[in-house]
Amino acid sequence: MTNFYFEKKLLKLIETNSKLTDAELAQMLQVDEALINQTIARLKDEGIIGGFHTMINWDLTDDEDVSAMIEVRVTPQKGNGYEKIAAQIYNFPEVESMMLVTGSFDYMILTHKLSMKQVADLVNRISLIEQVISTSTSVVLNVYKNHNVIYKQKKLEDGRMELS
Amino acid sequence: MEFKINETVAACKPSGIREFFDIAATKKDVISLGVGEPDFMTPYAIREEAIRILQKGRTYYTSNSGLLELREAIKEYSREQFQLDYSVDEMIVTVGASQALDVALRTMLNPGDEVIFCEPAYVSYLPTIELTGAKPVAITLREEDNFVLTPELLLEAITEKSKMLFLNFPNNPTGAVMLRKHLEKLVPIIKKHHLLVLTDEIYSELTYGYQHVSIASLPGMKDYCIYVNGFSKAFAMTGWRLAYVCAPVYMIEEMKKVHQYTIMSAPTISQYAAVVALNEGLSEVAMMRESYDERRCFVLSRFKEMGLTCFEPKGAFYTFPCIKEFRMSSYDFCMDLLAKKNVAIVPGTAFGQAGEGFVRISYAYSIDSLRAALDLLKQYITELRHKMK
Repeated sequence: MTNFYFEKKLLKLIETNSKLTDAELAQMLQVDEALINQTIARLKDEGIIGGFHTMINWDLTDDEDVSAMIEVRVTPQKGNGYEKIAAQIYNFPEVESMMLVTGSFDYMILTHKLSMKQVADLVNRISLIEQVISTSTSVVLNVYKNHNVIYKQKKLEDGRMELS
Repeated sequence: MEFKINETVAACKPSGIREFFDIAATKKDVISLGVGEPDFMTPYAIREEAIRILQKGRTYYTSNSGLLELREAIKEYSREQFQLDYSVDEMIVTVGASQALDVALRTMLNPGDEVIFCEPAYVSYLPTIELTGAKPVAITLREEDNFVLTPELLLEAITEKSKMLFLNFPNNPTGAVMLRKHLEKLVPIIKKHHLLVLTDEIYSELTYGYQHVSIASLPGMKDYCIYVNGFSKAFAMTGWRLAYVCAPVYMIEEMKKVHQYTIMSAPTISQYAAVVALNEGLSEVAMMRESYDERRCFVLSRFKEMGLTCFEPKGAFYTFPCIKEFRMSSYDFCMDLLAKKNVAIVPGTAFGQAGEGFVRISYAYSIDSLRAALDLLKQYITELRHKMK
């Protein structure tokens, strides 16, 4: 197994199930547990593994907050282009993820679950940044699929006969 | 008052898996590692094609041999994947591999012909041979040979009446594979003794670390082979009941009669969906294969950790660990495991007497299910060893 292939397999496995133990990963990939341990530590250092989170379907809770997608158009700055403006936005704690994209706008922002007032405040603060030309905000009504998991689908039972 | 049953059928034993299943079914919350089918759902594109075809109203019979479009796709796929050279006239699309085997056996065998097959064997082989009136001759494969058929074992089984050699590699229940070098050693014997090879290669897409070789692809072997493959295992399409049998055209013409009079044609919707499986499904097959391989490694490592001997299976999705150290029959071991730990696995003897001392453990399960069941198995054998001391 080449190093690249091994790392990719390891990352794919923990991307869908971060609760696999090092020992189990070692068994599945047929390597030493120490190697798994070292590799994960290194991938963390290199920032390739950004963290181990739990995916939560908030829609099933009583929480009434919403998340929003904000499209932002800006005039890039001389010298550091889009980077500096981006930093002014992604440092807001309400911003869950942010990307620079091609197309009719520049940044795509996804917020954490917020109250409508918090969304309005955030949009306001973004609009006040000098280089921002315009924003367009969409409130998420329903999440169908996230991290490869289809929400709202009843958990599928194993429909197979027990022995065959 | 009861009517008399056909004698051959009445003499036929029910499947050992079935028998065990009926017992397991009476228990609640059984964790099973007993299934012989993928845990994956059929890939979405295939399911969607079936819905589209159904909505379009393609609800009629197809030709007896199967949709031409599908046979063309099978021809291409078999050539590219397994270097097999079958034309669309040399195949019939069947209702699963089971029917493909049945039609082949019924077409080619006469009462009294001997059919050599390898045990441990999939549960249907022996009875379907018997139903034709032919005589099954079992070869016991050995763990020390990695459960492959050796030329010596084959030669011992051959008599003047030997007509057919029935092979199944990658194998259910052992997970054994036969490499090119193993197959090549059988070729001169097959030719010399004029044996017809019936080869069930339903697990051909599920091999780990090497590319499957079909005996029918070896030089000069096509004329000696009836080749069976299908969609159930590779494409996770067990419930669609779809497979195919390939053979020289004079055999196919005769098989077609049996097929036509008993089945008419394979399910039309499944056939259309299978075209999409072959044209678009192979990347998902690769993904499933990779996942099976991870589980295979996981299970084998866990066996090693608990000190359970198991030869390394390189195909299908089964392991066949040895339980002789516990000095219990396979059946008792499985029954006791079920009673004490609520874990269902299949006794090796469900696959013939050659399976005594072994159990079949399937890894067509999520890692979470495997972990849970193997933890219990570990507890069970630790307790057994403790008791034996």
